[in-house]
Amino acid sequence: MEERVRILDLNAYFGNIQALKNINIAVKEKMVTAIIGPSGCGKSTFIRCINRLHEVVPGAKVSGKVLLDGRDIYSSGIDSIEIRQKIGMVFQKPNPFPVLSIYDNVAAGLKLNGIKKKDYLDEIVEQALRMCALWDEVKDKLNASGVSLSGGQQQRLCIARALAVKPEVILFDEPCSALDPISTGKIEELLFQLRQKYTIIIVTHNMQQAARVSDYTAFFLMGELIEFGKTQDIFTKPEDTRTEAYITGRFG
Amino acid sequence: MNIYKKRQIVNKLMCALAFLCAIFTLVPLISIFGYVLSKGITSINLDFFINLPKPVGEPGGGMGNAIVGTIILIGLSCLWAIPVGVFGGVYLAEFGNNKLAATVRFTADVLNGIPSIVIGVFAYTLFVLPMKSFSAVSGAFALGIIMIPTIMRTTEEMLRMVPRTLREAALALGISQFRMIVSIALKTALPGILTGILLAIARIAGETAPLLFTAFGNSFWHQSLGQPIAALPLQIFAYAISPFDDWHRQAWAGAFVLIFIVFLISFISRFIIGLRYKFPASR
Repeated sequence: MEERVRILDLNAYFGNIQALKNINIAVKEKMVTAIIGPSGCGKSTFIRCINRLHEVVPGAKVSGKVLLDGRDIYSSGIDSIEIRQKIGMVFQKPNPFPVLSIYDNVAAGLKLNGIKKKDYLDEIVEQALRMCALWDEVKDKLNASGVSLSGGQQQRLCIARALAVKPEVILFDEPCSALDPISTGKIEELLFQLRQKYTIIIVTHNMQQAARVSDYTAFFLMGELIEFGKTQDIFTKPEDTRTEAYITGRFG
Repeated sequence: MNIYKKRQIVNKLMCALAFLCAIFTLVPLISIFGYVLSKGITSINLDFFINLPKPVGEPGGGMGNAIVGTIILIGLSCLWAIPVGVFGGVYLAEFGNNKLAATVRFTADVLNGIPSIVIGVFAYTLFVLPMKSFSAVSGAFALGIIMIPTIMRTTEEMLRMVPRTLREAALALGISQFRMIVSIALKTALPGILTGILLAIARIAGETAPLLFTAFGNSFWHQSLGQPIAALPLQIFAYAISPFDDWHRQAWAGAFVLIFIVFLISFISRFIIGLRYKFPASR
């Protein structure tokens, strides 16, 4: 299996506070890599470094390398916009654009980058919505506002919005933490389909979810990577006592 | 008397006091509106809107030129104050984490409190003296300066209310910061920004002092932007201090029209605020 993303000696800071310390991880193609750990351990900061969203926060800094297919996304010749088109992201809380229609929410990444061909957009929007099993639910109200949908539908809309840009890697930042169990189930089902086409990195609070959906798991604690390996191994025979303590529910 | 009884009595007293104060603020507004309406309505007819003022003694005549003048002055002020205010607001909200922005913010707030007549004197020295003529442009310059702080600060506040998650969602799609600001942030904040603009217009529509030595007033139809121009507040002022009953009546009618314009603008901005809640921002 090919390696898609390699993180080398990654450090991230908010002002003087170091949020990530020397992280090294290799993410394999078309695999789901889960990031687990207690609140404040740097999980979200970590995936926000992979699509260069961390640097958007005032005072935030990154050092180290993130290689996408061997190319460092932080090297000087590379545009953050190109990186974000290749590495999509789905956020913790559903955040469709309230001023855009359902259709325009999905098409936003293309339309706002200057793609205007109606036939092409129509095709991409339908494809993305079908992929997220949302097409049948919204095909008759594509002009309604994105926030008129239920929470779970909104989150699937956000996934469709990310897919429409045709990324290669998709980052999920606790995508189900604001959703009910039924909507969560639907998102997890969707993850199973997406992993056939995309490389996925998912941050989750929920260890059962990590065990269910991922191939690899990384355990973070206080900004450090404690353990990284096959999900099965991490959950059945963790090497580090802290990992064991966390997955058995002794802290966190 | 036990303490519960006392609490209830104090409660009722304070409640009544608050109610009285609330009513008290309504009294001036309603009496002004009622008085102006009763005095002015008799002189309002089609002539008032389409005719020039007539010399003293001649019946009829209107303030058509002043109404047109006020509209031109408002339009001209908006032409430069809206872009400056909105772009300034975008800077403060999107790039405003520095000393310069803090200074601009403070200056705008101070500017907001400067008496409008001082701004008139400023426009006089800057425009009227070099041009050697009172003019519409100098009036619009003075009015624009009054509008800018309001527009800039509302734009900033409204942009800041756009949730951070929406901006990040746009950036994460590979949308440039420019497109994100224009198509997502500004679009989301648009109703609030429009309201700020309309409130600024409502404020300058009735400004008299800064126009006294800039626009100056004119008894004829508007000719060119480099010449003195009539404006409703100026015409009302000139007519109200005149000794003629005829002119007094016209001044009341002018005041009524002016209040009506301001009322209409406020009403439209209310309507726009109402629209905004149809698209609640997702959290």
